[in-house]
Amino acid sequence: MLLRQMRRILLIALIGGLLGATLVRMGPGFGIDEREMDNRLNSESRQAIRSERATENNIGVFYLRYLAGLARGDFGFSRSLNRPVSQLLKERLPLTLVSLAFGVLGGASTGLLLALLTVWWRAPGSDVVPAVLSGVCLALPAAVIALIFLWMGAGGRWAIALAVFPHVYRYAKNLLAATYQSPHVVAAQAKGLRGARVLFAHVFTPAAPQLAALAGIAVSLAFGASIPIEVICDTPGVGQLAWQAALDRDLPLLVTITVLVALMTLVVNSVADLALAAWRPAR
Amino acid sequence: MLRIVAALLVTFTLAAETGGELRFCLRTEPKTFNPLLVEDESSETIRYLTAGVLVRLNRYTQELEGELASKWKVAENGRRIDFDLRTNVSFSDGTPFTCEDVAYTIRQLMDPALHSPTGDAFRSAPGAMESKCTGTSSVMARFPGAVAALAAQFDQVGILSARSARKESAVLGPFMVGEYKAGSYIQLRRNPNYWKHDASGKKLPYLDSIRLEIQQNRELELLRFRRNQLDLVNKLDPEMYDRLAAEMPKSVIDAGPSLDWEVVFFNQVATSPLPDYKRQWFRSDAFRRAISEAINREDICRVVYRGHARPAIGPASVSNHFWLNASLKPAAYSVPSALTRLERDGFHRSGDTLLDRAGHKVEFSMITNAGNKLHERTLALIQQDLSKLGIQLNVVVLDFPSLIERISRSFNYESVLMAITNVDLDPNSQMNIWVSSADNHQWNPAQKTPETPWEAEMDKLMQAQNAAQDLNQRKAYFDRVQAIVWERAPVLFLVNPNALAAVSSNVKNVTPATLRPQIYWNAERLTIGGTLVSQR
Amino acid sequence: MKRAQNIALILLGLVAAASLFAGVLASSSYSEQFRDSLSAMPSTRFPLGTDELGRDRFARLLYGTRVSLLLAPAAALLSTLIAALVGGTAGYLGGKWERAVTSGIDLFLSLPWLFLLLTVRALLPLNTSPVTSVIITFLLLGCLGWATPARIVRAGTRTLVHSDYLVQARANGVSGIRLFWRHLLPNLRPILLAQFWISVPVFILSEANLGLLGLGVSEPLPSWGAMLRELENYTAILHNPWMLAPAALLVVVVCCLQLVLRTEDGIPC
Repeated sequence: MLLRQMRRILLIALIGGLLGATLVRMGPGFGIDEREMDNRLNSESRQAIRSERATENNIGVFYLRYLAGLARGDFGFSRSLNRPVSQLLKERLPLTLVSLAFGVLGGASTGLLLALLTVWWRAPGSDVVPAVLSGVCLALPAAVIALIFLWMGAGGRWAIALAVFPHVYRYAKNLLAATYQSPHVVAAQAKGLRGARVLFAHVFTPAAPQLAALAGIAVSLAFGASIPIEVICDTPGVGQLAWQAALDRDLPLLVTITVLVALMTLVVNSVADLALAAWRPAR
Repeated sequence: MLRIVAALLVTFTLAAETGGELRFCLRTEPKTFNPLLVEDESSETIRYLTAGVLVRLNRYTQELEGELASKWKVAENGRRIDFDLRTNVSFSDGTPFTCEDVAYTIRQLMDPALHSPTGDAFRSAPGAMESKCTGTSSVMARFPGAVAALAAQFDQVGILSARSARKESAVLGPFMVGEYKAGSYIQLRRNPNYWKHDASGKKLPYLDSIRLEIQQNRELELLRFRRNQLDLVNKLDPEMYDRLAAEMPKSVIDAGPSLDWEVVFFNQVATSPLPDYKRQWFRSDAFRRAISEAINREDICRVVYRGHARPAIGPASVSNHFWLNASLKPAAYSVPSALTRLERDGFHRSGDTLLDRAGHKVEFSMITNAGNKLHERTLALIQQDLSKLGIQLNVVVLDFPSLIERISRSFNYESVLMAITNVDLDPNSQMNIWVSSADNHQWNPAQKTPETPWEAEMDKLMQAQNAAQDLNQRKAYFDRVQAIVWERAPVLFLVNPNALAAVSSNVKNVTPATLRPQIYWNAERLTIGGTLVSQR
Repeated sequence: MKRAQNIALILLGLVAAASLFAGVLASSSYSEQFRDSLSAMPSTRFPLGTDELGRDRFARLLYGTRVSLLLAPAAALLSTLIAALVGGTAGYLGGKWERAVTSGIDLFLSLPWLFLLLTVRALLPLNTSPVTSVIITFLLLGCLGWATPARIVRAGTRTLVHSDYLVQARANGVSGIRLFWRHLLPNLRPILLAQFWISVPVFILSEANLGLLGLGVSEPLPSWGAMLRELENYTAILHNPWMLAPAALLVVVVCCLQLVLRTEDGIPC
């Protein structure tokens, strides 16, 4: 089961790489090098710059070569940063993983906690403060939130948490509130059960599979938010690298990041799915 | 007179106690540490601070000064140059500096397989080059064709060591790369073997190190400067300059108009996928002149650049004292004159709309690169200015590779607003812009034969100024080029933005210049803190 | 609660009316540049001051409301519908179909869609009107924003498929599309409403970011997103707090939407 899941993850990630490469290749500005605008260069040098990327024109050939390199542990060479992709990832991945972990855990736990508190309390207007808070987080651009944190001397990872929080809060709140309306909760309350026991045993537990799915999307959301935030905060992480690679149409770097993001999303989602599968028989 | 006094001030500069670290930002990761392959601004900063050169253009006086070469002589109509080198000079790793290093560097630079932008400036004709020692401390180089301002070109040539095992890390400049954390910072350390001394015999540079933070975000850079985490901001945008001027008036510097241009040009390519009637507009001198007259340059300077820019005249910036054609003035803003010019060319107004001879509504798009607020605002101003003529301008913002693709490959654009960075005073660096066969003759590149008589004349003039050795003769040729550009308006020169910077009061001996790198061009003489002591 | 909903409705109505009657309420056009009143303070002539080009911020806010408040909810509705359809079908059918759709969603989430947007911009003529460009932008946002909620919808559907009432409905002979539309989708409402509520502000901001790629609102047309981008100049906000007006209005609209869409059983959207 686990092996089959891993095979599936790998296959999808590699298909993702190919599709990603195709999107980049078909997009405008591919094969363009800013150096071509240098007035000092003569036409031979300009031609040489253009031919540097000729190997990437046929996307099929490029991807086969890329896969062959990948099998040897070679992720290719980033033209825009003039360094091997593996070296760039080695330098930047730890930082982004820490930020993502912080963002996902911070954002998801804050969202979930607030959702639980509002649902538990259930007083009229109890959700006003978290709703306004999540509204503000959604209404302010991630860049502005990141700048506010930097201004206060805090890191950009807080901004990732704040980007994740409103999504988790809103879904979790609605799911838990809906579960609160279900007949078994009403029956449990009619039998005299109150407070935390109802919340955890009869509300939280049945909604857990859908909340687990939230964990998967929290990772995608966090990575999506980390790109503008790392760019704004000048954090030397993978998010910043992804943006730079996109602007420079750096194919090997972009494909590697696409595969990496696909792997990350797939692994987290698969863990959530496995948890869901393990949960269902128990019910 | 003022310039002489200022030059003297530079010579008799003030020095403080040595030591300390200067901190400022690079906007991007440097793409190379090889001085011969430098193309981007960050790599250029590293080269300027670490590489030793034979001659250096004094950024303040705009005069050429000897560095590793004590003397030089240009011969054979600009094909040959001979250098007398300084003795007792060593690379940062202790390897002695010899004539072999210079000959080796020039050979490397001219290697056709290297495709060095610096090297291409020396390649004015096909053929072989030669470079060899002519004595223990003298060296010659002979190039295949005449190179205009040959000696000045060596300002960009960082000398490599022919023998050091440390290759590019062995340098002759005031600093050397100490530590590099990708995406984060570069620490430059003082070169202990740097050859230069100050007037009192003290070894230069005064600073122990320079920390270059890799920081793309300008807001963050400003924040760090205000918190005293950075000592200087070498290039400020006008809005930030004003904000900082209100808070810390003593820290901001406006060094006056830079050599850079903000320009607009129209697509005149015969094979472009434009409708014929639009191509006809764009190829009409009267149409381009009318657009130029309808753009209020003073307003762009005042509104967009907050007064920190000067209306541009043409290919020579107003701060390029020698090469500027003083008889020319920026295109005067006049809507009535623009309308008259258009009417004479067959255009006419129908209500609020301008129509051409065949009745087509005059509407076109102008593209610019994304993320540049100054460009976006300039376009909004031009849009309103042109609406007074009855022209509908559609503003389109594109990411840079898409924009380059449109203007240099697919030619699928109508007009473009761009910033052109100019690092050189000498017009020879603009050869590829004004010669009609060049790829960077942007409005109609790579013409087999000049398509208009005035482009044919410009070709001849540019070639003539390149071949001539007499400076005044060269200036006469280039004056005519400027006049043609003014009359025919293939490129509408909008403004020359000022060089704006901020420097902490801790940094001493700062003498801002309009040429790059404006603030740290005399990095070896800058000091941090301490008491000022006169060197004399 | 009813009163709160009424207040929210009135507020939303006021915002909509203000944007509809922008021409009457604002003393000047959204595009007119008063070059002698740059970055002006609020006054009776310019209630929210002027921007760097001397344009009336109040007029721009009102006209921007038309663009953002009409198109962002439409795009949010589109993405919610696609999410319901894809996620719901996957969860409902189960088995291989579910695995295939889930893999597709995961793949979709990891692709660099930026390049699709760039390609769309490249295919559009440069003289496309700002209104067409902004409609296409929101349409794209609607078409690309479904993958994240589709996963939660699928998880929700899987849970519901095993619920007693669906088992009973099936036993009573309700099947296929009717079961999906009448019994399943209404129970996914909390998730779908959450998705809709979140998407509105997210799309408004995304539109502004797409402006960097040549898509979205172009000069001189205003939008909330473009006005929110001005907030990146955070020190200017300290001196000109009225620059926060678009953000405040967006928060108000988002909160009002939340209240208005609150269902009878008390579940907020």
